[in-house]
Amino acid sequence: MPSVKIPRKSTDTDMTPFVDVAFLILSFFIMATKFKPQEPVPITTPGSVLTQTLPESNAVMISFDSANRVFFTVLSEKEPAIIDAVIQNLNSSRSLNLTPQEMSNFRNIYGIGVPFSGLKSILGMPAEQAKKVHQPGIPVADSANNELVWWISAAKDAFAGKPLKFLIKGDAQSLYPTFGAVIDALKRNEEFKYNLVTALEDVPKGSEYEKSLNQKSK
Amino acid sequence: MASIDTGGGEVSHKKGPGVKKAKKLSTRVDMTPMVDLGFLLITFFVFTTTMSSPTALDLNMPKDIKKPEDQTEAKESGALTILLGKGNQVYYYEGQLKVDAAENNFKTSSFKDIRNVIIDKKKRVIENYRGDPDCEAKAQKEGKPVSDCKEQDFVVIIKPSQDATYKNTVDILDEMTINQVKRYAMVKILDQEYELIRKTEEANNIR
Repeated sequence: MPSVKIPRKSTDTDMTPFVDVAFLILSFFIMATKFKPQEPVPITTPGSVLTQTLPESNAVMISFDSANRVFFTVLSEKEPAIIDAVIQNLNSSRSLNLTPQEMSNFRNIYGIGVPFSGLKSILGMPAEQAKKVHQPGIPVADSANNELVWWISAAKDAFAGKPLKFLIKGDAQSLYPTFGAVIDALKRNEEFKYNLVTALEDVPKGSEYEKSLNQKSK
Repeated sequence: MASIDTGGGEVSHKKGPGVKKAKKLSTRVDMTPMVDLGFLLITFFVFTTTMSSPTALDLNMPKDIKKPEDQTEAKESGALTILLGKGNQVYYYEGQLKVDAAENNFKTSSFKDIRNVIIDKKKRVIENYRGDPDCEAKAQKEGKPVSDCKEQDFVVIIKPSQDATYKNTVDILDEMTINQVKRYAMVKILDQEYELIRKTEEANNIR
């Protein structure tokens, strides 16, 4: 029987292209990722069919979680001085007696939700510790003592002359009165246009909105 | 593999008994740890990247008007009031609320069915359009379609109750976009209406 000689081949494969692609993907994700600052509470937003995207700076975000706690965040990445101006305005308008050191800490807290009486203690803490503190939320329920009104007014003064948008980010399960109180606080500051933060939802088939979208694309 | 060939560098060396041959060291680097780390980072970034950014829903609220004579009145024939209650329940009535023994126009619906109610009402308002020369002239002047005048009387009034969730509110506002309702307003609920919702909820065992 003639034996067939099978030539021995190396099982070593050249991994170079594979590694190249892997690192290409890696660099893509590094570039594409934008880290979100840690929020004080997880919020699940309801969905809507609109595709307009959110402004990321020159805005004030008012969020409320499922336990109806209200938080206030100033979004101004490019000009952090405005964030400082907000707390300075609030300090003078409500005579909170905050020290400059405490006021500079405000920048590090993303989303504040304490009544004015508790503001001094949370701003006195180091940022790491302040993140762990349970924040009771800004009091809004009582319309005579709606502290959010002062927060908004301080932000409006700090952003004077610049476009300022109001974002309302609410948890799907929170109750309507909280949302009503937030709107009430904005209305008392003569602000009537808001953006509600929502997750994207599919447009229902056959609806008039779908037809109008199709017309636009044609 | 990614290695540099260093062979053939010994041509100039003299061969002899006293000349030691330099040991050839491989320049091949073990890439395994680097690749491991690379993939670890890929998985990390894949998980942390959020591709879908949140979207925004515009909401414009009217200024609070104290004087009743300055308030805008909605035509009764074109008004649809939607009330939001507990447990994702939707209630609605057309025109004025009537809950007498003779006539009751307070109806119970759900988020699934409310779309048809809105579409149906809109259709009827357009059918009942008798022509409004003022509006049509104005639309032509501003370059807007004249057909918009047909639905000018159609107005949806949204009244979320104390028990409605924020999701319900956003859903109904979204429904306005879906059905292209041009005029809608969010108004505070009246005590009488809230009482009615409470009674209906008790009767239907909704908690």
